[in-house]
Amino acid sequence: MIFWRAIAAATLLAAAPALLAGEIAPEARRSGYSFMGPDTRAMQDDDTSNPGMLFVLDGEALWTKKTGSADKACADCHGDARSSMKGVAARYPAFDKALARPVTLDQRINLCRANHQQASALPYESRDLLALSAFIAHQSRGVAITAGDEPELKPFVAQGRDLFMQREGQLNLACTNCHDDNFNKRLAGAPITQGQPTGYPLYRLEWQTLGSLERRLRGCMTGVRAQAYDYGSPELVALELYLMSRARGLPVETPAVRP
Amino acid sequence: MARSSVHTAALIVVSLALTYGASAEQLAPYNIVGDGIVESLTGAPGDAARGRALVLARTTTCILCHSGPFPETRFQGDLAPDLTAAGNRWTASQLRLRLVDASRFNPETIMPSYYRTDGLVRVGRNFAGKPILSATEIEDIVAFLATLRG
Ligand code: HEC
Ligand code: HEC
Repeated sequence: MIFWRAIAAATLLAAAPALLAGEIAPEARRSGYSFMGPDTRAMQDDDTSNPGMLFVLDGEALWTKKTGSADKACADCHGDARSSMKGVAARYPAFDKALARPVTLDQRINLCRANHQQASALPYESRDLLALSAFIAHQSRGVAITAGDEPELKPFVAQGRDLFMQREGQLNLACTNCHDDNFNKRLAGAPITQGQPTGYPLYRLEWQTLGSLERRLRGCMTGVRAQAYDYGSPELVALELYLMSRARGLPVETPAVRP
Repeated sequence: MARSSVHTAALIVVSLALTYGASAEQLAPYNIVGDGIVESLTGAPGDAARGRALVLARTTTCILCHSGPFPETRFQGDLAPDLTAAGNRWTASQLRLRLVDASRFNPETIMPSYYRTDGLVRVGRNFAGKPILSATEIEDIVAFLATLRG
């Protein structure tokens, strides 16, 4: 565990695109992990006590299970996930040429189900979708995030950034007000982090289950009393993409644990 | 430790997401004089004891950001100045305008405007068209803050 963090720290200094004002410099980027108390960290660090690992195991079983009218398993096309899926989550959301827009890992899983397995879409936040995405993202644990690099993604990253900077809701606060300007401070006693999306899907003690990044973003929107965007909406995908590009260089931690 | 942070996180969700007392009322008209609002929004003085309870209530949101002379409350914010002695620093008139629309003092402020419904984006369905606090609640809080003398 310490080993993969050290590797990731080394890759942290890799070249990054020019920073825009107000953004967090590469060397100052910190996972939410570094803001957590020792108990939460210990729970994340030890695979035998990390509740997210149960979902990873479920996902591993689903990976090899034949499904849909094509009667194919993920493994029938992709083989051993340990090699074929390593690094994949670190570059999602990724540009889909056929759709001409970015798709999240959850959406990619459902595209594979529709196009290659002839199976129905798994609903957002369903146990099977979370398990598959946790299993896939887990194969990238320790890999530095590089999402957002494809040139076609530029306008979508920019859209996500605009949404991050936009004040919204009855409390009239933007993501940047908390996660760029006030990380390290406390909101009613709880630490505010940089909002780095490094560990998703992750286990939140407050949720008592695994949850996606979109669930977390919808939570922050509801928190400022804004109308949350729908799961899978272009706005949430753009925000997710911006957050991943903003986390460039940080290692994937899935499944992380947060309070 | 773990238990207390879970507790805190849950409280934040509850406090930020729950609905609150203000009804879908029309905003009472008010006059800004200098850097304050001299007259009570309700025409009557507020109740400082009720104001204290409101400031401490998480649904009111003040102590998500502020701390203050509230020894019984463990989870206070540090995104904003401590409210201790706020009544020495500001008149009731200034406090009233600050609560109604803090962006009049500082256009970049993160402090929400508690008695304003315009200029907001994507307000949640349950909150649309309503101020965060009612005129009565604002007056109660102003009355309480004015008693905070260091
Ligand atoms: C009023 C302050 C506030 C605002 C505004 C806010 N958040 Fe958060 N956010 C929090 C708190 C508190 C948490 C839980 C602790 C933490 O991880 O920072 C959180 C958590 C997160 C996390 C999880 C980080 C992790 O390590 O798992 C992400 C990602 C995030 N926010 C993104 C956003 C985005 C995107 C927006 C705008 C749509 C936003 N936040 C708006 C306060 C805020
Ligand atoms: C999201 C954060 C936030 C919330 C919520 C908030 N405030 Fe503030 N408040 C601030 C900040 C930041 C300042 C510092 C000046 C500024 O930026 O406007 C401030 C300033 C003040 C001041 C002047 C402090 C001084 O002595 O200089 C008072 C009084 C005050 N707030 C009262 C309240 C009350 C009462 C509530 C709830 C009804 C509240 N605030 C809610 C962020 C907040």
